[in-house]
Amino acid sequence: MTTARREPAFLGMPPFPKAAHDALADTAMGDNLREETRAFRSRRAEVVDELPPFVWEKLRLAGAAIKDGVLAQLPRHLDALEASVTAAGGTVHWARDADEANAVIVGIAREHAAAQVVTTASTTTREIGLTEALAKAGIRAWETDPAQSATQSGRQPRAHTVVPAVRRHRTGPRGRLARKTAAAGASDTRPVRPTGTEKATRRDLRDVIAHVKVAVARADFAIAETGTVCAAESAAGGRLCSALPDALVTVLGIEQVIPTWRDAEVFLQLLPRSTGERMAAYTSMWTGVTSGDGPRSFHLVLLDNGRSDVLADPVGRQALRCIGCSACLPVCPVYERVGGQPYGSAHTGPIGAILTPQLRGLNRHSVDPQTASLPYASTLCGACVDVCPVRIDIPGVLTHQRAQLTDLGRGPARRGEKAAMKAAGWGFAEPWRLGLAQHAAALGRRVVGRSGRIGRVPRLLAGPLGAWTADRDAPAPPPESFRAWFKRTNGGLDEGASGDQSESPREES
Amino acid sequence: MRIALFITCFNDTLFPETGKSVVRLLRRLGHEVAFPYAQTCCGRMHFDAGHRREALPLARAFASTFAPYDVVVTPSASCAAMARNRHPLLARDADDKRADVHRARADAVAPRVFEFGEFLVDVLGVEDVGAFFPHTVAYQPTCHSARVLGVGDRPLRLLRKVRGLRLAELPHADECCGFGGTFALDNAETSTAMGADKAAAVTASGAQVLCAADNSCLAHIGGLLSRQGSRVRTMHLADILAATAPFPGLTAYPSDDLARASLDPVHPAPAHPRAGAAG
Repeated sequence: MTTARREPAFLGMPPFPKAAHDALADTAMGDNLREETRAFRSRRAEVVDELPPFVWEKLRLAGAAIKDGVLAQLPRHLDALEASVTAAGGTVHWARDADEANAVIVGIAREHAAAQVVTTASTTTREIGLTEALAKAGIRAWETDPAQSATQSGRQPRAHTVVPAVRRHRTGPRGRLARKTAAAGASDTRPVRPTGTEKATRRDLRDVIAHVKVAVARADFAIAETGTVCAAESAAGGRLCSALPDALVTVLGIEQVIPTWRDAEVFLQLLPRSTGERMAAYTSMWTGVTSGDGPRSFHLVLLDNGRSDVLADPVGRQALRCIGCSACLPVCPVYERVGGQPYGSAHTGPIGAILTPQLRGLNRHSVDPQTASLPYASTLCGACVDVCPVRIDIPGVLTHQRAQLTDLGRGPARRGEKAAMKAAGWGFAEPWRLGLAQHAAALGRRVVGRSGRIGRVPRLLAGPLGAWTADRDAPAPPPESFRAWFKRTNGGLDEGASGDQSESPREES
Repeated sequence: MRIALFITCFNDTLFPETGKSVVRLLRRLGHEVAFPYAQTCCGRMHFDAGHRREALPLARAFASTFAPYDVVVTPSASCAAMARNRHPLLARDADDKRADVHRARADAVAPRVFEFGEFLVDVLGVEDVGAFFPHTVAYQPTCHSARVLGVGDRPLRLLRKVRGLRLAELPHADECCGFGGTFALDNAETSTAMGADKAAAVTASGAQVLCAADNSCLAHIGGLLSRQGSRVRTMHLADILAATAPFPGLTAYPSDDLARASLDPVHPAPAHPRAGAAG
């Protein structure tokens, strides 16, 4: 696996804080994001809360347990999947990395002399950069979802997995999405007419789908016992392209296998409700090939691309429970402000922040500054944990990864922070040292602010205080620390008449 | 019941009044708290930023400092969560020769650590602490109190029993304020973007005071409010619960003006007898 190319870093992507700076400057995107994430959150909450008590919690527990079971014996389940796909007339291709997966698909297209293919994009095909790889081989990829096709050009990571066009404005493909949202009962009811682009895309697509030889259809999981592949979708594009073409290709990560049909029951409930729907509009399943009906060949590409390394990490491996529902994105306060681009990967939002660094090898070796910035792109607020249908402890993995970056030295040296932490560790090691530091802070108060707060401090001069005070005042250290007060007054008992037994809320001295 | 106060390094250094409020309120309820001077820091900041090597000795010191007590109460949900959930984790991961002793000690101390509001409601079983605070207050359920500790509506139950206090509804209260420890510095712009939305929600709520169980989040939101020239003040839950009436029987100030004046450090409230300010 040492020569395998990993989840590709989007070239030239700056570390998260810099990318977030640019995203925050795009106020139009900010407005769209806020609107969409709020709408998603309330729709998800509605369809989850309407379930009888504990049903959702039981489903989540079941989902997590099934995926943990799969991950504990992944080779066995993958062997079973390969055997049943083959028995049903399909072909399984094992791809160690993105290049191998793309080569397989380009090979299949060439076999059918196809100059164009239709795709329903998935996070997995975006992870391997399929569209670009096909283009390089002279093959045009047609995306069935207009919103996806509007954003698939270039190597820009998408702003949103479920609403990829969230960055585009009302008159673009987003208009169509807004209508869908309205149909689903959300508050956004402003009518938007289909634009020229949209009409053209739709007309072209129908033509293409009817004549194209090869389709790459996304799927959510494969069932090992029968080799059945299942896709739960809100648009019919996937169904069309899995029915009409000669050759059907599906790319799945090796973690996207479940053992039995009974397990599918759990995920077919968890998936749609996590995206704010009661059930998927189109649930398609296909098993191998059937003579005289549907595609004449079926290819299942099973992709590793770093997943074996994720599996090797006892804390980080829970990221592979992910079923790709994207529920963690719209609830994330960081994502809500900056969107998906700053994550610089096909995997965005909280799950991207824990999965991307692992796919890029953080569990084994040092990573580049952009990758190393991802585990820090979170306040650890835990909103994602609350909604995750398979109960991934994202903050727990984030702090684990931060420890890999700092304690194990796999990130760029954060010298200032390291020094500050060491100094703080030294100061906290003995209470008298802390007391000394507090005395120093109290003396500093005489310099910085008698008003009880510290205003703007030049950033370059004062490091963290500068970063803090660019937009926020900082509290000035009080003249006396708590421990000094407790010692002096015997916990307030000796404060006497001159003491400050105030009924006013908080004294400002 | 031997109660120890874990003040936290942050409150100790920057918000000593909150610690005084805890001591005074518990004394008013008939409980003396011990303050073990050996305490320093729970290691939350180190742990969250990935410096587990520095966090481990702090977790060990915490466990040995507080092992002799039945209950540890702390006016910080974030630090309570660290001690309760993360210290045992750190202890499990360590493998030096002190590891076994520490593991047992951390497992014993962790479940005895309580955030201040939890301690009042769950351990002491009180909701009405006899407080008087005649102002409009919005409550921010900080992430570590609401999601990690799961304090639920305990702080609100305490606040509803405060005489004279009006609770203002905070829009989108469950959203993170953007503090996030070192996140506030690492990703300062995203942090302040989140904080600005929170500050706007606070302003929209019409509250005079923003209250929470974490002074760290309050310093962030309050810093933004203060920079904007807002007159909304931030106060720890303990500071509100410790406030008492200037004389017995008073349940509300006669007018909002007077209420506001009592919050204004520049124009303090008119002098009144300091009766009833027990202990």
